[in-house]
Amino acid sequence: MLTLAFMRHAFIASTFIAVVSGIIGVFVVARQLSFLTHTLSEIGFAGASFAVFAGWLPLNGMILFTMLSSVLVGQMSIKESRREAVISAVSGLFIGLGILFLSLSNQSASSATSILFGSVVGISAAEVHQLILLSVVVLVVTLLMYRPLKFSSFDIVGARVSGVNQTLISVAFLVLLALSVSVAAQIVGSLLIFILLTIPAASAKYFTHGVAKMVGLAILFALLGTWTGLLLGYLTNWPVSFFIAVIEVVIYVIALLYQNFVEAS
Amino acid sequence: MAVLSVDDLTVAYGDHTVFKDLSFTVNDGDFLVVVGENGVGKTTLVRALLGLIKPKAGTVNIPTGTRIGYVPQFRNIDEEYPLSIRDFVALNSRQSWLPWLTGKERHALDRMIRITDLTPIAERPLGLASGGEKQRAYLAQALLPAPRLLILDESTASLDNEMKYNLLDLVARFQEDGLSVMFITHDWDLAEHYGTRYLHITKDGYSTGSIDELAELRKETVEC
Repeated sequence: MLTLAFMRHAFIASTFIAVVSGIIGVFVVARQLSFLTHTLSEIGFAGASFAVFAGWLPLNGMILFTMLSSVLVGQMSIKESRREAVISAVSGLFIGLGILFLSLSNQSASSATSILFGSVVGISAAEVHQLILLSVVVLVVTLLMYRPLKFSSFDIVGARVSGVNQTLISVAFLVLLALSVSVAAQIVGSLLIFILLTIPAASAKYFTHGVAKMVGLAILFALLGTWTGLLLGYLTNWPVSFFIAVIEVVIYVIALLYQNFVEAS
Repeated sequence: MAVLSVDDLTVAYGDHTVFKDLSFTVNDGDFLVVVGENGVGKTTLVRALLGLIKPKAGTVNIPTGTRIGYVPQFRNIDEEYPLSIRDFVALNSRQSWLPWLTGKERHALDRMIRITDLTPIAERPLGLASGGEKQRAYLAQALLPAPRLLILDESTASLDNEMKYNLLDLVARFQEDGLSVMFITHDWDLAEHYGTRYLHITKDGYSTGSIDELAELRKETVEC
């Protein structure tokens, strides 16, 4: 299977995506940004369809749209009371724009499908290189700001009184999240992005009580999903995203059962 | 030597003046208790000291490089909170930027966990800890960078009597080693038991002095 270039590309891409998703996901869950992640994926869809319309690579359109809007949403929804409404409004607007750009670009339904549901098996060498580069940027920046990010994500009150610059960390994290959403969309598509960016991390927190261990487990769960998904997709010719979604959800259900078991004993 | 000196501090929200022309100092090794009814601006004062709100007038002087530890009144830690007590305390390890703790930081963390009697429960999730254990963990986190001044904002409010004294005994041990403490409370018994100086804020003004004077003041207040 790995003698086929497209499968090799798919495996390399999905490995980087799983690592990025595992790390960023732990902070997404801790900062309670799952809903925002969902919105960013819809914004990513609009960005990708804009790119198709403008004749760019879809990834570039996604990065542009998600970066701009993540900061915008972050600023608009500082007040928690209105966060949900702001996010709903913004996501509605961007899905609308996505549909418009797709319609204007006269592309067939298949390009919409590949943006929405991912097309990892069709990923080219150049796209793999770009994806690796972006993943490395996300990972390096995350490592550099790891301690203040960890503090503000897991104890916002303590971080504030200890002089961590909340605004800087928050904006920087939203930019990282936007990049991660764009990267992860390549494999699972923009509709299922939160499958990798939130579920592995949400499952991990039931098994361990340390941040580093949570990151490790989240990466492991994401890798398990993407690798097994690719393998099953190759064997059955069914969509890879479907398998990834099912595997991650099964892991989450096991995590919840484990938690109930621990609480009961 | 003064760790903190406040001169003619006035804080207002819009037209509403919370307190006016407040002056006091905290010296090395002091245990200053800040007492007063709810709503007189005790927490507002702390926020102004930490630079979280801008005062309308007056100055807050803290010698350059002085570290302040702060245990806030409220914290959003629920049962689902995922970190262990040890990892929660370690969040305030800030000597290095490395993703893992350095040997020196690990040593300081272990020591702090031991001194605050958290060793047997250090690996348990903080979300499942009792009220007293949580307060000890908050205290350990605030004390980890070895601050010169520790500010406790109603840290004993949710605890039963025995727990209150346990927690403050622990703080007093650090005070004996030279830590200055500013303890905000409305429990006058605790204030008299642990304080060396007091600051009493009322709606109309304030008074400050040695702890013996607080006992006098209390008698007067009760007699009134």
